[in-house]
Amino acid sequence: MATAYQDRKIPVAPLNAGDAPFFEGAAAGKLMVKYCNDCKQYHHYPRPMCPFCYSTHTEWRQARGTGVVYSFSISRATGPIPYAIAYVTLDEGPTIMTNIVETDLDTIQCGQKVTVVFKPTEDPKLAVPMFKPA
Amino acid sequence: MSIKGKAYIGGIYEHPSRKIDNKSIAELHTECAKGALDDAGLTFKDVDAYFCSGDVPGLGALSMPDYMGLTVKRQDSTNTGGSSYLFHVGHAAEAIAAGKCKVVLITCAGFGRRGTAVRERGGPDAPFEYPYGPVTVNLYAMAARRHMHEYGTTSEQLAWVKVSASHHAQHNPHAFLKKVVTVEDVLNSPMIADPLHRMDCCVVTDSGGAVLVVAPEIARQLKTPRVKLIGQGESSKGQMGGHVDLTYTGAVRSGPVAFAEAGVTPADIKYASIYDSFTITVVETIEDLGFCKKGEGGKFVSDGNLISGVGKLPFNTDGGGMCNNHPVNRGGITKIIEAVRQLRGEAHPKVQVKNCDIALAHGTGGSLGTRHSSATMIMERE
Repeated sequence: MATAYQDRKIPVAPLNAGDAPFFEGAAAGKLMVKYCNDCKQYHHYPRPMCPFCYSTHTEWRQARGTGVVYSFSISRATGPIPYAIAYVTLDEGPTIMTNIVETDLDTIQCGQKVTVVFKPTEDPKLAVPMFKPA
Repeated sequence: MSIKGKAYIGGIYEHPSRKIDNKSIAELHTECAKGALDDAGLTFKDVDAYFCSGDVPGLGALSMPDYMGLTVKRQDSTNTGGSSYLFHVGHAAEAIAAGKCKVVLITCAGFGRRGTAVRERGGPDAPFEYPYGPVTVNLYAMAARRHMHEYGTTSEQLAWVKVSASHHAQHNPHAFLKKVVTVEDVLNSPMIADPLHRMDCCVVTDSGGAVLVVAPEIARQLKTPRVKLIGQGESSKGQMGGHVDLTYTGAVRSGPVAFAEAGVTPADIKYASIYDSFTITVVETIEDLGFCKKGEGGKFVSDGNLISGVGKLPFNTDGGGMCNNHPVNRGGITKIIEAVRQLRGEAHPKVQVKNCDIALAHGTGGSLGTRHSSATMIMERE
């Protein structure tokens, strides 16, 4: 069985104050993740306050854009076309929700190495990071 | 302070309909309330506290007491999705133990089939998830996939959850799905979000239910058999700042608290209502509550081990969310109701557990994949 990847329209939810660097970074080809200067850990989704040590000395940093698939599911009956939702564990540590793209969706596996690609959204100023096999 | 023995389940009611037209949400809540009051032999005048979740119309716990003509001294609108009602029972017992009220009415009702189920408002995480197409089933599917990856759990094992529920549902005249199904039926049903098939998912129904939590002095006056709350625990679990782990649930925290308060262990539980939004929900919860070792849930649920009269842990003898009822996409209230029926000896004779003196009910609200809330309650027949 093969399930070919197809591009789909990517919606964006209303952003909260402070969220934009993730999406604007993606539009500029960068995967941006929040980093805590006190406990030296990355976290995701991004907050002004580190959820591990409660420090507010956090900043956006560019991640390498590589990681492994933690888990995934091919949605076959929840939209007009099949798509692969996934959690990818970045080399920097955090596991982030994403889509796996540009591959036969039936070949995706937990533990598979992946690399970031950026996909446009309905908003021309904003893009989102997705991942394809490395 | 413990709530052990401080409160009883005095009345229960599950609405018999699964598809409902021409009623308002408030009317349906009220019918459920009346059903539980009739069961207990109480009236609306006896109610002095009202607890509800996000399925009520209007503003939190304000609109329904006004609609029903209640005068209440205690209100709670804790909303943790489908597990809310098991939170409410614990909070009701605390309020009763503190002397704040004596008769707590909890209702759940709505029209899941109209697609008007309550949806969570966008949280701080929503912008980082919405573009990727998360829906309830694919979030649970990711939990199932990871559980399979780490522990070797199979689709056949997950299917046994549905198969077992269907064996019970055949005896429930109100069940939405009454047909007994096989493992093959589940595996041959359409794939919705790998690895979850349609039959790995719960039903979608218009319905509701109500529960009355009462003080000991009230319970002693009622006509219903006495069912005492002896332990309750609750916890939530999310994405932990990016340290996502989809293989366990908040039951790892809610369970031990409830068991410790009750002074019992999983081996003492004769019947368990386990929240069954999806088959994987049951497998992870059974492990987390300590009915088997972590990772062995798939094996535990197989070969009829959850079927009353056959297996070690009779579960969801009403047919559960898998087959009977999942009112307004919130299964918690029915989990309490069937556990109380078992303790009273009022379950269907074909599924009634013999000598059922201690039962557990567990709720899982939200999504295993992103954020959910777990509540465990343990009850004893007096």
